[in-house]
Amino acid sequence: MERKIGETLLSVDHISLSFGGVKALTDISFSIREKEVFAIIGPNGAGKTSMLNVINGFYHPQEGEITYKGVHRKQMRSHEAAVQGIARTFQNVALFKGMSTLDNIMTGRIIRMKRNLFWQAMYLGPARKEEMENREFVEDIIDFLEIQAIRRTPVGRLPYGLQKRVELGRALAMEPELLLLDEPMAGMNIEEKQDMCRFILDVNDQYGTTIALIEHDMGVVMDISDRVVVLDYGKKLADGSPDEVRANQDVIDAYLGVPH
Amino acid sequence: MFQAFFVDPFVMIYDAPLFFVEVLVSGLMAGVMYALVALGFVLIYKASGVFNFAQGAMVLFAALTFVGLWELGVNPWLALILAALVMIGVAFTIERVVLRPLVNQDPIIFFMATIGITYFLDGFGQTIWGSEVRPLDIGIPNEPFMDLAEMTGLYINKFDVFSAVVCSLLVALLAGFFTKTKIGRALRAVADDHQAALSVGIPLKTIWTIVWSVAGIVGLAAGILWGSKLGVQFTLALIAFKALPVLILGGFTSIPGAIIGGLIIGSGEKIAEVYWGEAMGGAIEDWFAYVVALIFLLFRPQGLFGEKIIERV
Amino acid sequence: MTETARIDKKLDTIPKLLLDHARRRGNSPANRHKDLGFWQSWTWSEVAEEVRNLACGLAKLGFKRGDKLAVIGDNRPRLYWSMVAAQALGGIPVPLYQDSVAEEMVYVLENSDAKFAIVQNQEQTDKLLEIKDRLPHLEYICYEEPRGMRDYTQEFVFYYKDVQQTGRAFHGENPDYFLQELEQGQGSDISIFLYTSGTTGKPKGVVLTADNLIITARNSIDFDNLTSDEEVLAYLPMAWVGDNIFSLAQAYVIGFCVNCPENPETVMTDLKEIGPTYYFAPPAIYETVLTKVMIRMEDAGKIKRSMFNYFMELAKSVGIRILDGKAVSFSEKLLYSIGQILVYGPLRNNLGLSRTRLAYTAGEAIGPEIFEFFRSLGINIKQLYGQTEASVFICAQPDGQVKADTVGTAYPGVELRLADNNEVFYRSPGVFHSYYKNPESTADTKDAEGWVATGDAGFFDEDGHLKIIDRAKDVGRMTDGSMFAPKYIENKLKFFPFIKEAVAFGDEKDYATAFICIDIEAVGNWAERRNLAYSGYTDLSARDEVYDLLQECVESVNADLARDEKLSGSQIKRYLLLHKELDADDGELTRTRKVRRRIVAEKYAVLITALDDPQQTHCEIDSQMTFEDGRTGNVHADLQIRESVRIKSHVHTLAA
Repeated sequence: MERKIGETLLSVDHISLSFGGVKALTDISFSIREKEVFAIIGPNGAGKTSMLNVINGFYHPQEGEITYKGVHRKQMRSHEAAVQGIARTFQNVALFKGMSTLDNIMTGRIIRMKRNLFWQAMYLGPARKEEMENREFVEDIIDFLEIQAIRRTPVGRLPYGLQKRVELGRALAMEPELLLLDEPMAGMNIEEKQDMCRFILDVNDQYGTTIALIEHDMGVVMDISDRVVVLDYGKKLADGSPDEVRANQDVIDAYLGVPH
Repeated sequence: MFQAFFVDPFVMIYDAPLFFVEVLVSGLMAGVMYALVALGFVLIYKASGVFNFAQGAMVLFAALTFVGLWELGVNPWLALILAALVMIGVAFTIERVVLRPLVNQDPIIFFMATIGITYFLDGFGQTIWGSEVRPLDIGIPNEPFMDLAEMTGLYINKFDVFSAVVCSLLVALLAGFFTKTKIGRALRAVADDHQAALSVGIPLKTIWTIVWSVAGIVGLAAGILWGSKLGVQFTLALIAFKALPVLILGGFTSIPGAIIGGLIIGSGEKIAEVYWGEAMGGAIEDWFAYVVALIFLLFRPQGLFGEKIIERV
Repeated sequence: MTETARIDKKLDTIPKLLLDHARRRGNSPANRHKDLGFWQSWTWSEVAEEVRNLACGLAKLGFKRGDKLAVIGDNRPRLYWSMVAAQALGGIPVPLYQDSVAEEMVYVLENSDAKFAIVQNQEQTDKLLEIKDRLPHLEYICYEEPRGMRDYTQEFVFYYKDVQQTGRAFHGENPDYFLQELEQGQGSDISIFLYTSGTTGKPKGVVLTADNLIITARNSIDFDNLTSDEEVLAYLPMAWVGDNIFSLAQAYVIGFCVNCPENPETVMTDLKEIGPTYYFAPPAIYETVLTKVMIRMEDAGKIKRSMFNYFMELAKSVGIRILDGKAVSFSEKLLYSIGQILVYGPLRNNLGLSRTRLAYTAGEAIGPEIFEFFRSLGINIKQLYGQTEASVFICAQPDGQVKADTVGTAYPGVELRLADNNEVFYRSPGVFHSYYKNPESTADTKDAEGWVATGDAGFFDEDGHLKIIDRAKDVGRMTDGSMFAPKYIENKLKFFPFIKEAVAFGDEKDYATAFICIDIEAVGNWAERRNLAYSGYTDLSARDEVYDLLQECVESVNADLARDEKLSGSQIKRYLLLHKELDADDGELTRTRKVRRRIVAEKYAVLITALDDPQQTHCEIDSQMTFEDGRTGNVHADLQIRESVRIKSHVHTLAA
């Protein structure tokens, strides 16, 4: 089916970020359109994760502007990003290790639950009903990610590949409009990678979620992305369709040409 | 010597089993109250990884506020509610003024900050409410159940039972709150991984405020109960130090651990005092708990229920 | 109500039974399925309505009497209902193994002339679409789970609930249709095709009638006193005859509730939540469970472990006697009930077997210690012997007469006969109608009087219990005329944890010999405990100490064999420990880990010759093997040959 790629959802303009004297990002601009799969690639230390951290408000850039859903900001705040529909996963999996798969994914619903502290404390009436509704929502995700068998397992005990899947589930529970995936396939075997690719594409297709992902595995990126931006040493080298990027001489020199 | 340690106490227990039950029960009741104080520590430690040195000061401050308001002629129930609100206010202030500026600092910095809070609360409380000892009578008589005593010969103190019931209710409420509700889930999430919690939109600051408020209210309960036993005075703050061995026994992160640790310490020290006290020169109640804690540190540093401390690479 | 009042008194088809239950116990649960984290349940009257709507929907699409309906997927209530709906219309359901690849499905779908297919999900739909060009009979595909099916616009692909929707409308217009069709059904109707995965050649479609299934189910219900209160978990493939009896025929005859797991990975959790009263599993599952328990106990604390060991030891003598209704002293009873609280109860609960009154196993030989473990916990696990062609039951163990190495006595209604070559023949109400479109095979297997050849060889023990020893064609004769059943001997050897694989030789030989492959983990552990250093598999296998260890195993198998007059002659005289593990990568095992006897015999011919020559005490061999990293290389080894003591059976002594 034809996916309908829409208007710009998020754009970053002339973003620069430094820590102390060290420049992490220099004058980066690109935009992500609704419903597309967008990839940020580049060698290690290129500033990919920093870029994600800027988008979801973990880092606050010194210069530039972030425009999300038409609202201009100098910087994002992480709570606001979450409430506004930006969800993310982490390169090294940041799950709540002591909690079960179900509870982990339920935490993604916290910002979507409206009942206040009083009702929550009583755990009565509407709060209970709301909890059930959210549980149903989460069960759909569990079904979607095919992780029923580990619903009650503390995530700390799960193998890495499954942890990544749970983390994706937690992000999905937030009903994100923009899903940031930090190396979703890192450390996985081939079968797990294929599964993850399928889930990413299904999320994009079924929920219409815009996806921005960082990936080291070039093959995967080129297969599933609509557009790609290439970073190197905190600077933008190129952006465009996978084919355009692949043909770009700077990219070939800086990244593809160099064996990794 | 051998006789005094290994024979006499058991002979005593055997000869007067009812008395032993009484000692055990009063020990357990004291233990419940230790547990209550320890609970305040556990809550804050779980949510923020901070060892809140100020928990004792909060107990004292809460009790002072309650007694002070009551003495001013406020209805005791209203005074209770007001004191709880004051503790919530304290939590808000601490989060704003102390915690927020220190985000991402080392735990040791937080610890130092809580020492600061301790001194401030102690001083501030006494400035407002004065430093004399105030008796507190909440209307529960400090006497045994006579009917029970006549029927069985067992003397069980009414006040002890009352405080045990209050503590159990509070613990049950907290346990339900933290396991069943979204706030509880959020709290556990924050305790597990700050960054991940932020990424799902859990407002860290709100959670901290809630946790400190709850710790404050738990402190209020502990303060009132201990205050009616000992009078509301500066020594209340020192009860916090009794919670330390309880925490070491139960583990810093475990709510059931705090309760069971409290019960063990409470009953253990009473029994030790009554039956072994003389052999060891008396007054061992004061240091017994710390020795137990020390032994635990040697053999099971994570406590009975704490998470194993394993550094993963 | 008016519908059900009119049905035939004779409940001789599954759909008639369904309507009867809907009338008599309409509000009792008939099916449960865990979906989206919660157990959904359907009462008998709800199931009757679901089935009616589906049947009417199928009829509307053109499903007619005699049409075949393929059913593919995990155990799901809706798939069971599909089978019943087809039967209600006089059609024939054909369940397929859901994990077959598309290529493997072609033959069955083609051979059965399936016109409709009801499948679980996108995965199965995709398989059918891939091969649809080659299946001229297949007209409609209906899927149960809508996930991922949004973009399937083919006009012959339908959503299950849409078909039911159409059916509801159809029923409104033709209120008598469903019942009329259903009433035409009778016991002699063909009820189902079940394809057996033949070891050689194409699968054969076993045709079973409603009488086959229902009469067999009735007999089995009487045999084991099953009631409508049973709870079962349907987790074994729907294409397997056992599932049709346990989860369909028995449930529809007596009216108990069939629970479907959330998905294949969650079976253990679902088992715990449901707590079935009646349970079937192949030996491998019991074995896995036991291994898991043992591993967990190894990791448990000292107190817990010694408590476990003490009470399991107690259970071995007391628990089994209680189960068999034999005398137990008061103090034993008391201890056993303490164990019940401390060990057996929690353990059974953990395994999901706390309510299990009756458990069956079949299909393969089960290790005696596994069998004993479950029985000592108070779980009445029994063995049965069955075949698709028999509608499952040929033999089973009656309560109180349970042994680890027999399959019990002839089932109610079953006649048994042994041929001269010890092949087992049977005749029963469950005997299949025919192989579909395969009269030659039918004639080969079933004679004019209805006797069916099982292909298995066996004999009766002193209590009249049947012992299955091997496939009849694999059973050989030794030069002295005694029977040689290699698999029987190998299984006995493999029940020892130290033995991973064994291959026995003896056909047309003077005495029996064997290759034994040690289990590197078990023997390695054993070696470590006695500080025996070794450099690897080959080294460990060659150790005298290890030979001594295995000698005990071999001799205890010999002692076992000696107890059977017919097998006593096949006691192992000489054996060796193979220097390498048999490996599927080297072609020595099939991918399902069955020994390829012929290849092993060829490859190690020199070893067999040495075993056959009583003078040789060792033998050198060069062989190729595949290492773990995929490289291949040559291994040279000098293998010791050992003689083991053989016991003269008392029968022989008498004869002498």
